[in-house]
Amino acid sequence: MTPFQYARANDVADAIKQIATDPSAKFIAGGTNLIDLIKYDVEEPTRLIDISHLPLRSIEQTSTGGVLIGAMVPNTDLAYHPIIEQRYPLLARAIMSGASQQLRNMASTGGNLLQRTRCFYFYDTATPCNKREPGSGCSAIDGINRINAVLGTSQACIATHPSDMCVALAALEATVHVAGPAGARTIAFADFHRLPGNTPQRDTNLEPDEIITAIELPPKGFSANYSYLKIRDRLSYAFALVSVAAALELDGDTIKEARLALGGVAHKPWRSSAAEAALLGQRAEATAFARAADWLLHGAKGYGHNDFKIGLARRAIVRTLGQAARGTPQSLSDKKIR
Amino acid sequence: MARSGTAKLTTRTASVPEKIPIRLTVNGSQMELRVAPWTTLLDALRDHLDLTGTKKGCDHGQCGACTVLVDGRRINSCLTLAVMKEGAEIITIEGLARNGELHPLQQAFIDQDAFQCGYCTSGQICSAAGLLAEGKARTPNEIRELMSGNICRCGAYPNIVAAILQAMERS
Ligand SMILES: Cc1cc2nc3c(=O)[nH]c(=O)nc-3n(C[C@H](O)[C@H](O)[C@H](O)COP(=O)(O)OP(=O)(O)OC[C@H]3O[C@@H](n4cnc5c(N)ncnc54)[C@H](O)[C@@H]3O)c2cc1C
Ligand code: SF4
Ligand code: FES
Ligand code: FES
Repeated sequence: MTPFQYARANDVADAIKQIATDPSAKFIAGGTNLIDLIKYDVEEPTRLIDISHLPLRSIEQTSTGGVLIGAMVPNTDLAYHPIIEQRYPLLARAIMSGASQQLRNMASTGGNLLQRTRCFYFYDTATPCNKREPGSGCSAIDGINRINAVLGTSQACIATHPSDMCVALAALEATVHVAGPAGARTIAFADFHRLPGNTPQRDTNLEPDEIITAIELPPKGFSANYSYLKIRDRLSYAFALVSVAAALELDGDTIKEARLALGGVAHKPWRSSAAEAALLGQRAEATAFARAADWLLHGAKGYGHNDFKIGLARRAIVRTLGQAARGTPQSLSDKKIR
Repeated sequence: MARSGTAKLTTRTASVPEKIPIRLTVNGSQMELRVAPWTTLLDALRDHLDLTGTKKGCDHGQCGACTVLVDGRRINSCLTLAVMKEGAEIITIEGLARNGELHPLQQAFIDQDAFQCGYCTSGQICSAAGLLAEGKARTPNEIRELMSGNICRCGAYPNIVAAILQAMERS
């Protein structure tokens, strides 16, 4: 671990000012990812700017019928909030299937988006890794890559984004509110995380001197027909090998609108407009779901150990869409997949 | 951790940071201490305040042995910086008994034989105290899911669930 200084930010403007004057500083919110990475010498900030006390803790309905969630809202508070439980249960379920209750009590809404990959080599400073040390090479491509990506990869990096919450936020088409020295702006969720390309060291399109202030949910929550299915090596408290967020709007048994996002398979939550379009106007049944799965997994490529993810994802997509269509979302505590 | 291979040597120009004075209420008592910015709440409790009931298992948020209650909520003290908790109210395993009487969870863990080596136990009990306060778990399956942040290497899980059920019924 590298020693660092500590300072508290008084307000959002102060946080932006502090980070702008010190390029080797980092914000700290819940600390559940950053402190872990500092202990492993993967992150080496010289200064931590504590934003956990900023007044960004409210969950409010917007005038346009959506919901604005402050960046410091802890993951549990978000998942248990009555508006989220009732109108956006897909988000509540995705959050509750990640990490543990202790970690969800600490983790912030903003920090969850910015958590870094769990690729083994990213954590191991004795091995090359383009994300940790640009230009050093990717140890995973020819290494132990069971947990790595099968979609949207590059020669430089095959890491996944490990968040569950973000898979639901992608399906719900949330908006990220950020602020920086140049003022405030919003970023569509689909544009927030990046594909690795030649710059895997950059996970997102957030600038280093910007702060996430809030996440906005649009009015539509798909609370009648949704499911979040997470497949992992343990029944709980493990990252996804594959996860699926599915949300449908049905007219009888005909699909009027469909949202589908995958976790655990790419550098960002994975969606495809072709897959969702393929479901429109179709009867909600397995043949249509399988066709959507083919579209969503179009171009998927395994690297050896993770080849199984492609078939697993295909089956998981069909299951999750079926659960959504029947209105019987995957249970968090009863682990049987029906 | 040993570093080799491509690991880079970093040279630091920044001066070694000063210790920071903080106040914590721990098990009802006001404590004042001076900690380095990187001192975790876990190390502050164990090394500065001699409260060694809270255990260090993994030191990376992966086992739950370090679970304590901060302002009534269960958290992993190994991933929390002490300086960030200035002014907070901390309850550790040492603070659960009242007037010499064991907390219902402590009694239930004994009654149900819910531990073997005991290393995970203080974390299990503090986590269970958080679980009871949350009031979300009702069935054994729900208890298992919401206690999944506490690993027991001895595999005392069935008895841990039984102990929590006992404490739930009696409270
Ligand atoms: C053992 C373990 C298991 C886990 N399992 C899962 C899982 O199954 N599923 C899952 O989804 N997650 C899992 N997590 C990850 C957890 O969800 C994240 O660590 C957490 O969401 C990060 O939030 P934080 O507030 O603690 O972030 P921090 O650690 O405080 O920050 C993370 C990064 O974000 C930056 N940052 C934080 N907030 C802001 C902001 N508002 N603006 C700008 N920058 C900011 C920080 O500078 C830092 O770089 C697990 C973590 C652990 C330790
Ligand atoms: S996949 Fe990405 S994070 Fe993993 S070793 Fe390769 S470059 Fe590093
Ligand atoms: S020591 Fe904190 S979770 Fe293991
Ligand atoms: S009793 Fe030994 S680890 Fe739980």
